[in-house]
Amino acid sequence: MKVVGLSGSIVGSKTRTAMDYAVKTASEKYPEAEVTLIDLAEYDIPFSDGRNYLEYEDDAGYVTQTLMEADAILIGTPIFQASIPATLKNIFDLLPDSAFRDKVVSMFVTAGSSKHYLIAEQQLKPILTYMKAQIVQTYVFMEEQDFYRKKIINEDVLFRIERLVEDTVVLTETYKRIQEEKEATYDF
Amino acid sequence: MSCYQKLGQAPVLPFHRKVEKLMENYRIDPNKGLEFGLYTLGDHLPDPATGERISAQQRIHEIIELAKMAEAAGIDFFSVGESHQDYFVTQAHSVVLSAIAQATEKIKIASSSTIISTLDPVRVYEDFATLDLISNGRAEIIAGRASRVGNFDLLGYDLHDYEELYEEKFDLLRKINAEEVVNWSGQFRAPLKNARVLPRPQNGSMPIWRAVGGTPASAIKAGYAGVGMFMAHLGGPVSVFRRTVDAYREAAQHSGFDPAELPVATAGFFYAAETSQQALRDMYPHINEGMKRTNGQGFPKQHFAQGVDKHNVMNIGSPQEIIEKILYQHEQFGHQRYIAQMDFGGMPIDKLKKNIDLIGTEILPAIKKYTSGAEG
Repeated sequence: MKVVGLSGSIVGSKTRTAMDYAVKTASEKYPEAEVTLIDLAEYDIPFSDGRNYLEYEDDAGYVTQTLMEADAILIGTPIFQASIPATLKNIFDLLPDSAFRDKVVSMFVTAGSSKHYLIAEQQLKPILTYMKAQIVQTYVFMEEQDFYRKKIINEDVLFRIERLVEDTVVLTETYKRIQEEKEATYDF
Repeated sequence: MSCYQKLGQAPVLPFHRKVEKLMENYRIDPNKGLEFGLYTLGDHLPDPATGERISAQQRIHEIIELAKMAEAAGIDFFSVGESHQDYFVTQAHSVVLSAIAQATEKIKIASSSTIISTLDPVRVYEDFATLDLISNGRAEIIAGRASRVGNFDLLGYDLHDYEELYEEKFDLLRKINAEEVVNWSGQFRAPLKNARVLPRPQNGSMPIWRAVGGTPASAIKAGYAGVGMFMAHLGGPVSVFRRTVDAYREAAQHSGFDPAELPVATAGFFYAAETSQQALRDMYPHINEGMKRTNGQGFPKQHFAQGVDKHNVMNIGSPQEIIEKILYQHEQFGHQRYIAQMDFGGMPIDKLKKNIDLIGTEILPAIKKYTSGAEG
Protein backbone atom coordinates (compact mmCIF):
# COMPACT_ATOMS: atom_id res chain seq x y z
CA MET A 1 0.00 0.00 0.00
CA LYS A 2 1.29 3.44 -0.95
CA VAL A 3 0.43 6.18 1.52
CA VAL A 4 1.28 9.80 0.75
CA GLY A 5 1.09 12.60 3.29
CA LEU A 6 0.61 15.99 1.65
CA SER A 7 1.36 19.09 3.67
CA GLY A 8 -0.56 21.66 1.67
CA SER A 9 0.99 24.95 2.73
CA ILE A 10 4.28 26.71 2.05
CA VAL A 11 4.09 28.92 5.15
CA GLY A 12 3.77 28.28 8.86
CA SER A 13 4.65 25.14 10.76
CA LYS A 14 1.49 23.69 12.29
CA THR A 15 0.36 21.69 9.27
CA ARG A 16 3.84 20.29 8.69
CA THR A 17 4.12 19.40 12.39
CA ALA A 18 0.79 17.60 12.30
CA MET A 19 1.74 15.78 9.09
CA ASP A 20 5.04 14.67 10.61
CA TYR A 21 3.05 12.96 13.35
CA ALA A 22 0.60 11.47 10.88
CA VAL A 23 3.30 10.11 8.60
CA LYS A 24 5.35 8.81 11.55
CA THR A 25 2.28 7.00 12.89
CA ALA A 26 1.59 5.47 9.48
CA SER A 27 5.19 4.25 9.03
CA GLU A 28 5.45 2.84 12.54
CA LYS A 29 2.08 1.13 12.70
CA TYR A 30 2.16 -0.18 9.13
CA PRO A 31 5.77 -1.05 8.31
CA GLU A 32 4.64 -2.90 5.16
CA ALA A 33 3.19 0.34 3.76
CA GLU A 34 5.30 2.64 1.62
CA VAL A 35 4.85 6.04 3.24
CA THR A 36 5.96 9.31 1.63
CA LEU A 37 5.63 12.87 2.89
CA ILE A 38 5.31 15.72 0.41
CA ASP A 39 5.66 19.15 2.02
CA LEU A 40 4.79 21.74 -0.61
CA ALA A 41 7.18 24.17 1.10
CA GLU A 42 10.02 22.04 -0.25
CA TYR A 43 8.93 22.17 -3.89
CA ASP A 44 8.70 24.76 -6.57
CA ILE A 45 5.42 24.18 -8.35
CA PRO A 46 3.92 26.33 -11.10
CA PHE A 47 0.23 27.08 -11.38
CA SER A 48 -1.76 24.57 -13.38
CA ASP A 49 -2.01 25.42 -17.08
CA GLY A 50 -4.42 22.65 -17.88
CA ARG A 51 -2.04 20.11 -19.39
CA ASN A 52 -2.16 16.39 -18.57
CA TYR A 53 -0.27 15.71 -15.35
CA LEU A 54 2.19 13.42 -17.15
CA GLU A 55 3.40 16.45 -19.08
CA TYR A 56 4.64 18.39 -16.05
CA GLU A 57 8.31 18.12 -15.36
CA ASP A 58 10.53 18.64 -12.32
CA ASP A 59 8.78 19.21 -8.98
CA ALA A 60 5.26 19.38 -10.40
CA GLY A 61 5.87 16.13 -12.28
CA TYR A 62 7.18 14.42 -9.14
CA VAL A 63 4.39 15.63 -6.86
CA THR A 64 1.54 14.83 -9.27
CA GLN A 65 2.89 11.42 -10.18
CA THR A 66 3.52 10.50 -6.54
CA LEU A 67 -0.06 11.44 -5.68
CA MET A 68 -1.48 9.58 -8.68
CA GLU A 69 0.35 6.41 -7.66
CA ALA A 70 -0.90 6.55 -4.05
CA ASP A 71 -3.55 4.25 -2.60
CA ALA A 72 -4.19 6.58 0.32
CA ILE A 73 -3.55 10.31 0.71
CA LEU A 74 -3.40 12.12 4.03
CA ILE A 75 -4.08 15.76 3.24
CA GLY A 76 -2.82 18.34 5.71
CA THR A 77 -4.14 21.86 5.29
CA PRO A 78 -4.18 25.10 7.19
CA ILE A 79 -7.12 27.48 6.79
CA PHE A 80 -6.25 30.82 5.23
CA GLN A 81 -8.86 33.54 4.72
CA ALA A 82 -11.60 31.07 5.54
CA SER A 83 -10.50 28.57 2.92
CA ILE A 84 -7.80 26.10 1.93
CA PRO A 85 -4.55 27.69 0.76
CA ALA A 86 -4.03 28.35 -2.93
CA THR A 87 -1.00 26.06 -2.91
CA LEU A 88 -3.21 23.08 -2.05
CA LYS A 89 -5.93 24.04 -4.50
CA ASN A 90 -3.27 24.29 -7.18
CA ILE A 91 -2.31 20.66 -6.57
CA PHE A 92 -5.92 19.67 -7.22
CA ASP A 93 -5.91 21.79 -10.38
CA LEU A 94 -2.75 20.05 -11.62
CA LEU A 95 -4.45 16.65 -11.41
CA PRO A 96 -7.08 15.10 -13.73
CA ASP A 97 -10.82 15.25 -12.93
CA SER A 98 -11.05 11.81 -11.44
CA ALA A 99 -7.60 11.79 -9.91
CA PHE A 100 -8.77 10.32 -6.59
CA ARG A 101 -10.84 7.49 -8.06
CA ASP A 102 -10.07 4.33 -6.08
CA LYS A 103 -8.05 6.28 -3.52
CA VAL A 104 -8.86 6.90 0.12
CA VAL A 105 -8.31 10.46 1.27
CA SER A 106 -8.35 11.87 4.80
CA MET A 107 -7.98 15.40 6.13
CA PHE A 108 -5.79 16.92 8.84
CA VAL A 109 -6.78 20.52 9.39
CA THR A 110 -4.99 23.23 11.33
CA ALA A 111 -6.42 26.66 11.99
CA GLY A 112 -5.91 29.80 13.99
CA SER A 113 -9.52 29.96 15.07
CA SER A 114 -12.26 27.53 16.04
CA LYS A 115 -14.55 29.50 13.72
CA HIS A 116 -12.89 27.65 10.85
CA TYR A 117 -14.02 24.24 11.99
CA LEU A 118 -16.48 23.66 9.13
CA ILE A 119 -14.23 24.94 6.33
CA ALA A 120 -12.90 21.46 5.57
CA GLU A 121 -16.42 20.08 5.59
CA GLN A 122 -17.80 22.74 3.30
CA GLN A 123 -14.89 23.52 1.02
CA LEU A 124 -12.39 20.69 0.96
CA LYS A 125 -14.75 17.72 0.98
CA PRO A 126 -16.71 18.85 -2.11
CA ILE A 127 -13.46 19.07 -4.08
CA LEU A 128 -12.42 15.59 -2.98
CA THR A 129 -15.87 14.27 -3.82
CA TYR A 130 -15.74 15.82 -7.28
CA MET A 131 -12.38 14.19 -7.81
CA LYS A 132 -13.97 10.83 -6.86
CA ALA A 133 -12.12 10.22 -3.57
CA GLN A 134 -13.25 7.67 -1.00
CA ILE A 135 -13.27 10.13 1.90
CA VAL A 136 -12.73 9.26 5.52
CA GLN A 137 -15.67 11.20 6.88
CA THR A 138 -14.16 12.41 10.14
CA TYR A 139 -11.17 14.73 10.21
CA VAL A 140 -8.78 16.07 12.78
CA PHE A 141 -9.13 19.77 13.52
CA MET A 142 -6.21 21.35 15.38
CA GLU A 143 -5.84 24.83 16.79
CA GLU A 144 -3.12 27.19 17.92
CA GLN A 145 -3.23 26.08 21.55
CA ASP A 146 -2.48 22.47 20.54
CA PHE A 147 1.02 23.42 19.33
CA TYR A 148 4.11 24.78 20.98
CA ARG A 149 7.37 25.32 19.10
CA LYS A 150 6.70 22.80 16.34
CA LYS A 151 5.40 20.16 18.71
CA ILE A 152 1.90 18.98 19.44
CA ILE A 153 1.37 19.45 23.15
CA ASN A 154 -2.22 18.32 23.36
CA GLU A 155 -2.17 14.55 23.92
CA ASP A 156 -5.74 14.29 22.76
CA VAL A 157 -4.77 15.62 19.34
CA LEU A 158 -2.13 12.91 19.04
CA PHE A 159 -4.77 10.27 19.72
CA ARG A 160 -7.05 11.82 17.13
CA ILE A 161 -4.27 11.81 14.54
CA GLU A 162 -3.51 8.19 15.36
CA ARG A 163 -7.16 7.20 14.99
CA LEU A 164 -7.52 9.02 11.66
CA VAL A 165 -4.39 7.36 10.26
CA GLU A 166 -5.74 4.00 11.40
CA ASP A 167 -9.14 4.68 9.86
CA THR A 168 -7.50 5.72 6.61
CA VAL A 169 -5.49 2.52 6.37
CA VAL A 170 -8.41 0.29 7.38
CA LEU A 171 -10.66 1.97 4.84
CA THR A 172 -7.99 1.63 2.14
CA GLU A 173 -7.63 -2.10 2.81
CA THR A 174 -11.39 -2.56 2.94
CA TYR A 175 -11.97 -0.57 -0.21
CA LYS A 176 -9.33 -2.57 -2.03
CA ARG A 177 -11.10 -5.81 -1.06
CA ILE A 178 -14.49 -4.49 -2.13
CA GLN A 179 -13.02 -3.37 -5.41
CA GLU A 180 -11.35 -6.72 -6.05
CA GLU A 181 -14.59 -8.56 -5.34
CA LYS A 182 -16.51 -6.24 -7.62
CA GLU A 183 -13.98 -6.51 -10.45
CA ALA A 184 -14.01 -10.30 -10.18
CA THR A 185 -17.71 -10.33 -11.03
CA TYR A 186 -17.09 -8.77 -14.44
CA ASP A 187 -15.46 -11.73 -16.13
CA PHE A 188 -13.36 -9.59 -18.46
CA MET B 1 -27.19 41.83 -27.59
CA SER B 2 -26.52 38.16 -27.10
CA CYS B 3 -23.28 36.71 -28.26
CA TYR B 4 -25.25 34.59 -30.70
CA GLN B 5 -26.59 37.64 -32.46
CA LYS B 6 -23.24 39.32 -32.61
CA LEU B 7 -21.69 36.27 -34.13
CA GLY B 8 -24.65 35.82 -36.40
CA GLN B 9 -23.89 39.16 -37.95
CA ALA B 10 -20.21 38.53 -38.27
CA PRO B 11 -19.08 38.15 -41.83
CA VAL B 12 -17.75 34.64 -41.61
CA LEU B 13 -17.26 32.28 -44.17
CA PRO B 14 -16.85 31.57 -47.70
CA PHE B 15 -19.16 28.60 -47.29
CA HIS B 16 -21.87 30.93 -46.11
CA ARG B 17 -22.65 32.02 -49.62
CA LYS B 18 -23.34 28.54 -50.85
CA VAL B 19 -25.14 27.08 -47.89
CA GLU B 20 -27.30 24.77 -49.93
CA LYS B 21 -24.27 22.90 -51.24
CA LEU B 22 -22.42 22.43 -47.97
CA MET B 23 -23.02 18.72 -47.62
CA GLU B 24 -21.87 18.30 -51.19
CA ASN B 25 -18.67 20.20 -50.39
CA TYR B 26 -18.05 17.56 -47.76
CA ARG B 27 -18.55 14.94 -50.47
CA ILE B 28 -21.31 13.35 -48.44
CA ASP B 29 -24.52 12.02 -49.93
CA PRO B 30 -26.91 11.37 -47.04
CA ASN B 31 -29.07 9.25 -49.33
CA LYS B 32 -26.36 6.66 -49.34
CA GLY B 33 -26.76 6.17 -45.63
CA LEU B 34 -24.48 6.57 -42.66
CA GLU B 35 -20.83 6.46 -43.67
CA PHE B 36 -18.67 4.07 -41.69
CA GLY B 37 -15.00 4.76 -41.08
CA LEU B 38 -11.99 3.68 -39.07
CA TYR B 39 -9.51 5.91 -37.35
CA THR B 40 -6.22 5.37 -35.62
CA LEU B 41 -4.38 7.72 -33.32
CA GLY B 42 -1.21 6.01 -34.45
CA ASP B 43 -0.51 4.80 -30.93
CA HIS B 44 2.39 2.43 -30.50
CA LEU B 45 1.78 0.42 -27.35
CA PRO B 46 2.62 -3.05 -26.15
CA ASP B 47 0.02 -5.82 -26.44
CA PRO B 48 -0.92 -6.34 -22.77
CA ALA B 49 -1.38 -10.07 -23.36
CA THR B 50 2.29 -10.52 -24.21
CA GLY B 51 3.90 -7.31 -22.97
CA GLU B 52 5.59 -7.12 -26.39
CA ARG B 53 5.57 -4.09 -28.62
CA ILE B 54 6.00 -4.40 -32.37
CA SER B 55 8.54 -2.10 -34.02
CA ALA B 56 7.55 1.39 -35.15
CA GLN B 57 8.18 0.26 -38.70
CA GLN B 58 5.84 -2.71 -38.37
CA ARG B 59 3.16 -0.57 -36.72
CA ILE B 60 3.22 1.91 -39.60
CA HIS B 61 3.01 -0.91 -42.13
CA GLU B 62 0.12 -2.43 -40.22
CA ILE B 63 -1.73 0.90 -40.27
CA ILE B 64 -1.35 1.01 -44.05
CA GLU B 65 -2.48 -2.63 -44.19
CA LEU B 66 -5.48 -1.79 -42.02
CA ALA B 67 -6.54 0.90 -44.49
CA LYS B 68 -6.29 -1.59 -47.35
CA MET B 69 -8.34 -4.16 -45.46
CA ALA B 70 -10.91 -1.48 -44.61
CA GLU B 71 -11.26 -0.56 -48.26
CA ALA B 72 -11.64 -4.20 -49.28
CA ALA B 73 -14.44 -4.60 -46.72
CA GLY B 74 -16.34 -1.64 -48.18
CA ILE B 75 -15.57 0.78 -45.33
CA ASP B 76 -16.00 4.40 -46.46
CA PHE B 77 -13.31 6.26 -44.60
CA PHE B 78 -9.92 5.89 -42.90
CA SER B 79 -8.03 8.48 -40.88
CA VAL B 80 -4.76 8.84 -39.02
CA GLY B 81 -3.93 11.21 -36.16
CA GLU B 82 -0.79 12.97 -34.95
CA SER B 83 0.37 12.90 -31.33
CA HIS B 84 3.78 14.20 -30.38
CA GLN B 85 4.50 12.10 -27.34
CA ASP B 86 5.83 8.74 -26.25
CA TYR B 87 3.93 5.65 -27.42
CA PHE B 88 2.85 7.19 -30.74
CA VAL B 89 4.24 6.66 -34.19
CA THR B 90 2.32 8.75 -36.76
CA GLN B 91 3.57 12.21 -35.88
CA ALA B 92 4.14 12.66 -39.64
CA HIS B 93 0.56 11.60 -40.27
CA SER B 94 0.30 13.22 -43.70
CA VAL B 95 3.23 11.08 -44.87
CA VAL B 96 1.49 7.93 -43.63
CA LEU B 97 -1.72 9.08 -45.33
CA SER B 98 0.21 9.56 -48.53
CA ALA B 99 1.29 5.92 -48.47
CA ILE B 100 -2.33 4.94 -47.80
CA ALA B 101 -3.49 7.08 -50.71
CA GLN B 102 -1.18 5.17 -52.99
CA ALA B 103 -2.15 1.76 -51.59
CA THR B 104 -5.91 2.30 -51.93
CA GLU B 105 -8.39 3.39 -54.58
CA LYS B 106 -11.79 4.24 -53.18
CA ILE B 107 -11.67 4.83 -49.47
CA LYS B 108 -11.78 8.43 -48.22
CA ILE B 109 -8.69 9.40 -46.24
CA ALA B 110 -8.18 12.07 -43.62
CA SER B 111 -6.29 13.24 -40.58
CA SER B 112 -7.78 12.68 -37.13
CA SER B 113 -6.61 15.02 -36.27
CA THR B 114 -4.11 17.49 -37.67
CA ILE B 115 -2.95 19.72 -34.84
CA ILE B 116 -3.23 22.92 -36.81
CA SER B 117 -2.27 25.06 -33.78
CA THR B 118 1.38 24.13 -34.03
CA LEU B 119 1.65 23.79 -37.80
CA ASP B 120 1.71 26.27 -40.64
CA PRO B 121 -1.69 26.20 -42.36
CA VAL B 122 -0.04 26.93 -45.70
CA ARG B 123 2.14 23.84 -45.46
CA VAL B 124 -0.73 21.74 -44.16
CA TYR B 125 -2.86 22.80 -47.09
CA GLU B 126 -0.08 22.10 -49.58
CA ASP B 127 0.37 18.62 -48.11
CA PHE B 128 -3.30 17.73 -48.03
CA ALA B 129 -4.08 19.23 -51.46
CA THR B 130 -1.25 17.06 -52.79
CA LEU B 131 -2.76 14.11 -50.94
CA ASP B 132 -6.07 14.91 -52.57
CA LEU B 133 -4.42 14.78 -56.01
CA ILE B 134 -2.54 11.56 -55.26
CA SER B 135 -5.77 9.95 -54.03
CA ASN B 136 -7.88 11.36 -56.87
CA GLY B 137 -10.08 13.48 -54.68
CA ARG B 138 -10.36 11.41 -51.50
CA ALA B 139 -8.53 13.57 -48.93
CA GLU B 140 -10.00 15.55 -46.05
CA ILE B 141 -8.55 17.53 -43.15
CA ILE B 142 -9.82 17.21 -39.59
CA ALA B 143 -8.13 19.94 -37.58
CA GLY B 144 -7.86 19.78 -33.80
CA ARG B 145 -6.33 21.60 -30.87
CA ALA B 146 -4.44 18.71 -29.24
CA SER B 147 -5.53 17.07 -26.03
CA ARG B 148 -1.87 16.76 -25.05
CA VAL B 149 0.58 19.59 -25.27
CA GLY B 150 3.96 18.02 -26.00
CA ASN B 151 3.83 19.43 -29.53
CA PHE B 152 3.86 23.00 -28.19
CA ASP B 153 7.32 22.58 -26.63
CA LEU B 154 8.59 20.39 -29.44
CA LEU B 155 7.54 22.74 -32.22
CA GLY B 156 8.27 25.96 -30.38
CA TYR B 157 4.88 27.37 -29.41
CA ASP B 158 3.63 28.89 -26.18
CA LEU B 159 0.90 26.96 -24.44
CA HIS B 160 -0.58 30.26 -23.27
CA ASP B 161 -1.68 30.82 -26.86
CA TYR B 162 -3.46 27.43 -26.98
CA GLU B 163 -6.88 28.78 -27.99
CA GLU B 164 -5.83 31.70 -30.16
CA LEU B 165 -3.28 29.63 -32.08
CA TYR B 166 -5.99 27.19 -33.00
CA GLU B 167 -8.67 29.70 -33.92
CA GLU B 168 -6.37 31.87 -36.02
CA LYS B 169 -4.72 29.01 -37.87
CA PHE B 170 -7.94 27.11 -38.40
CA ASP B 171 -9.53 30.23 -39.91
CA LEU B 172 -6.54 30.68 -42.19
CA LEU B 173 -6.70 27.05 -43.28
CA ARG B 174 -10.34 27.48 -44.25
CA LYS B 175 -9.58 30.75 -46.04
CA ILE B 176 -6.90 29.05 -48.11
CA ASN B 177 -9.42 26.36 -48.95
CA ALA B 178 -12.00 28.88 -50.09
CA GLU B 179 -9.82 31.42 -51.91
CA GLU B 180 -7.25 30.76 -54.59
CA VAL B 181 -5.56 34.09 -53.92
CA VAL B 182 -5.16 34.78 -50.25
CA ASN B 183 -4.62 38.09 -48.48
CA TRP B 184 -4.29 37.62 -44.77
CA SER B 185 -2.52 38.85 -41.71
CA GLY B 186 -2.56 37.55 -38.16
CA GLN B 187 -0.63 37.17 -34.96
CA PHE B 188 1.13 33.86 -35.37
CA ARG B 189 2.33 33.79 -38.93
CA ALA B 190 3.83 36.13 -41.50
CA PRO B 191 1.15 37.90 -43.57
CA LEU B 192 0.10 36.56 -46.94
CA LYS B 193 -0.11 39.00 -49.84
CA ASN B 194 -1.81 37.80 -53.00
CA ALA B 195 -0.55 34.38 -52.08
CA ARG B 196 -1.48 31.42 -54.22
CA VAL B 197 -1.33 28.24 -52.19
CA LEU B 198 -0.68 25.40 -54.61
CA PRO B 199 -1.46 22.80 -55.71
CA ARG B 200 -5.22 23.09 -55.48
CA PRO B 201 -7.21 19.97 -54.55
CA GLN B 202 -8.87 18.04 -57.35
CA ASN B 203 -12.11 20.01 -57.21
CA GLY B 204 -10.63 23.31 -56.11
CA SER B 205 -11.42 22.82 -52.42
CA MET B 206 -11.57 19.97 -49.95
CA PRO B 207 -13.55 19.01 -46.83
CA ILE B 208 -12.24 20.59 -43.64
CA TRP B 209 -13.69 19.58 -40.27
CA ARG B 210 -13.28 20.87 -36.77
CA ALA B 211 -12.25 18.20 -34.28
CA VAL B 212 -14.25 18.45 -31.06
CA GLY B 213 -13.44 16.59 -27.86
CA GLY B 214 -17.02 15.88 -26.83
CA THR B 215 -17.91 18.92 -24.72
CA PRO B 216 -20.29 21.57 -26.04
CA ALA B 217 -17.72 24.41 -25.70
CA SER B 218 -15.76 23.51 -28.80
CA ALA B 219 -18.82 22.21 -30.65
CA ILE B 220 -20.43 25.62 -30.38
CA LYS B 221 -17.41 27.21 -32.08
CA ALA B 222 -17.72 24.72 -34.94
CA GLY B 223 -21.40 25.62 -35.22
CA TYR B 224 -20.79 29.37 -35.26
CA ALA B 225 -18.29 28.92 -38.07
CA GLY B 226 -20.55 26.61 -40.05
CA VAL B 227 -17.90 23.97 -40.32
CA GLY B 228 -18.38 20.19 -40.19
CA MET B 229 -17.93 18.70 -36.74
CA PHE B 230 -15.86 15.61 -35.97
CA MET B 231 -16.81 14.66 -32.41
CA ALA B 232 -14.64 12.20 -30.53
CA HIS B 233 -16.06 10.42 -27.52
CA LEU B 234 -14.47 7.77 -25.36
CA GLY B 235 -17.45 6.49 -23.46
CA GLY B 236 -20.51 7.70 -21.66
CA PRO B 237 -24.22 8.13 -22.22
CA VAL B 238 -25.45 8.89 -25.73
CA SER B 239 -27.68 11.55 -24.17
CA VAL B 240 -24.65 13.55 -23.00
CA PHE B 241 -23.09 13.64 -26.47
CA ARG B 242 -26.48 14.41 -27.94
CA ARG B 243 -26.32 17.69 -26.02
CA THR B 244 -23.04 18.47 -27.76
CA VAL B 245 -24.53 17.75 -31.18
CA ASP B 246 -27.59 19.85 -30.36
CA ALA B 247 -25.40 22.73 -29.16
CA TYR B 248 -23.47 22.54 -32.43
CA ARG B 249 -26.57 22.71 -34.59
CA GLU B 250 -28.13 25.45 -32.49
CA ALA B 251 -24.98 27.57 -32.79
CA ALA B 252 -24.91 26.98 -36.54
CA GLN B 253 -28.51 28.07 -36.84
CA HIS B 254 -27.80 31.25 -34.89
CA SER B 255 -24.97 32.02 -37.29
CA GLY B 256 -27.29 31.71 -40.25
CA PHE B 257 -26.39 28.23 -41.43
CA ASP B 258 -28.79 25.44 -42.16
CA PRO B 259 -27.89 22.72 -39.63
CA ALA B 260 -29.31 20.10 -41.97
CA GLU B 261 -26.53 20.97 -44.40
CA LEU B 262 -23.74 20.62 -41.86
CA PRO B 263 -22.18 17.20 -41.48
CA VAL B 264 -21.52 15.58 -38.11
CA ALA B 265 -19.10 12.71 -37.65
CA THR B 266 -18.74 10.81 -34.38
CA ALA B 267 -15.72 8.77 -33.38
CA GLY B 268 -15.08 6.34 -30.56
CA PHE B 269 -14.10 2.90 -29.32
CA PHE B 270 -15.32 -0.05 -31.31
CA TYR B 271 -14.89 -3.79 -30.94
CA ALA B 272 -17.01 -6.61 -32.29
CA ALA B 273 -16.84 -10.27 -31.28
CA GLU B 274 -19.21 -13.24 -31.23
CA THR B 275 -20.65 -12.15 -27.89
CA SER B 276 -20.52 -8.92 -25.93
CA GLN B 277 -18.71 -10.73 -23.13
CA GLN B 278 -16.02 -11.81 -25.55
CA ALA B 279 -15.76 -8.29 -26.92
CA LEU B 280 -15.29 -6.85 -23.43
CA ARG B 281 -12.73 -9.52 -22.60
CA ASP B 282 -10.75 -8.93 -25.79
CA MET B 283 -10.73 -5.19 -25.65
CA TYR B 284 -10.59 -4.16 -22.00
CA PRO B 285 -6.90 -4.84 -21.30
CA HIS B 286 -5.89 -2.84 -24.38
CA ILE B 287 -7.96 0.19 -23.41
CA ASN B 288 -7.08 0.04 -19.73
CA GLU B 289 -3.34 -0.49 -20.10
CA GLY B 290 -3.10 1.84 -23.09
CA MET B 291 -4.83 4.68 -21.29
CA LYS B 292 -2.68 4.19 -18.22
CA ARG B 293 0.39 4.71 -20.36
CA THR B 294 -0.85 7.54 -22.54
CA ASN B 295 -3.13 9.42 -20.11
CA GLY B 296 -1.93 8.30 -16.71
CA GLN B 297 -5.24 6.73 -15.68
CA GLY B 298 -6.85 3.45 -16.61
CA PHE B 299 -10.44 2.90 -17.69
CA PRO B 300 -12.68 1.76 -14.78
CA LYS B 301 -14.16 -1.71 -15.36
CA GLN B 302 -17.50 -0.55 -14.08
CA HIS B 303 -17.72 2.07 -16.83
CA PHE B 304 -16.45 -0.33 -19.44
CA ALA B 305 -19.05 -2.94 -18.48
CA GLN B 306 -21.76 -0.33 -19.03
CA GLY B 307 -20.31 0.30 -22.48
CA VAL B 308 -22.26 -2.56 -24.00
CA ASP B 309 -25.57 -0.95 -23.11
CA LYS B 310 -27.47 0.52 -26.02
CA HIS B 311 -27.48 3.96 -24.38
CA ASN B 312 -23.68 4.12 -24.14
CA VAL B 313 -21.68 5.49 -27.06
CA MET B 314 -18.98 2.82 -27.01
CA ASN B 315 -19.66 0.42 -29.83
CA ILE B 316 -18.54 -2.77 -28.17
CA GLY B 317 -20.46 -6.03 -28.39
CA SER B 318 -21.74 -8.65 -30.80
CA PRO B 319 -22.34 -7.52 -34.39
CA GLN B 320 -26.09 -7.42 -33.80
CA GLU B 321 -25.71 -5.35 -30.63
CA ILE B 322 -23.38 -2.97 -32.41
CA ILE B 323 -25.80 -2.55 -35.29
CA GLU B 324 -28.53 -1.65 -32.82
CA LYS B 325 -26.23 0.74 -30.99
CA ILE B 326 -25.11 2.52 -34.14
CA LEU B 327 -28.68 2.83 -35.39
CA TYR B 328 -29.75 4.22 -32.02
CA GLN B 329 -26.90 6.73 -32.15
CA HIS B 330 -27.92 7.64 -35.69
CA GLU B 331 -31.46 8.26 -34.50
CA GLN B 332 -30.17 10.43 -31.65
CA PHE B 333 -27.36 12.31 -33.38
CA GLY B 334 -28.56 12.38 -36.98
CA HIS B 335 -24.90 12.14 -37.95
CA GLN B 336 -23.54 11.40 -41.40
CA ARG B 337 -20.46 9.42 -40.49
CA TYR B 338 -19.39 7.11 -37.69
CA ILE B 339 -15.69 6.43 -37.24
CA ALA B 340 -14.52 3.44 -35.22
CA GLN B 341 -11.32 3.23 -33.19
CA MET B 342 -10.39 -0.40 -32.64
CA ASP B 343 -6.62 -0.54 -32.84
CA PHE B 344 -5.74 1.24 -29.60
CA GLY B 345 -3.41 -0.26 -27.02
CA GLY B 346 -1.47 -2.80 -29.08
CA MET B 347 -4.44 -4.70 -30.52
CA PRO B 348 -2.94 -7.46 -32.68
CA ILE B 349 -3.55 -7.25 -36.41
CA ASP B 350 -5.32 -10.63 -36.63
CA LYS B 351 -8.00 -9.39 -34.23
CA LEU B 352 -8.35 -6.20 -36.27
CA LYS B 353 -8.74 -8.29 -39.39
CA LYS B 354 -11.51 -10.27 -37.73
CA ASN B 355 -13.28 -7.07 -36.76
CA ILE B 356 -13.03 -5.73 -40.27
CA ASP B 357 -14.52 -8.98 -41.57
CA LEU B 358 -17.46 -8.62 -39.17
CA ILE B 359 -17.93 -5.01 -40.21
CA GLY B 360 -17.85 -5.88 -43.91
CA THR B 361 -20.10 -8.91 -43.78
CA GLU B 362 -22.58 -8.09 -41.04
CA ILE B 363 -22.44 -4.59 -39.61
CA LEU B 364 -21.97 -2.41 -42.67
CA PRO B 365 -24.70 -3.98 -44.83
CA ALA B 366 -27.24 -3.63 -42.02
CA ILE B 367 -26.31 -0.04 -41.29
CA LYS B 368 -26.46 0.96 -44.93
CA LYS B 369 -29.77 -0.82 -45.34
CA TYR B 370 -31.42 0.96 -42.43
CA THR B 371 -29.93 4.42 -42.95
CA SER B 372 -29.83 4.88 -46.71
CA GLY B 373 -32.61 6.95 -48.15
CA ALA B 374 -33.09 8.35 -44.66
CA GLU B 375 -32.92 12.06 -44.11
CA GLY B 376 -29.52 13.44 -43.26
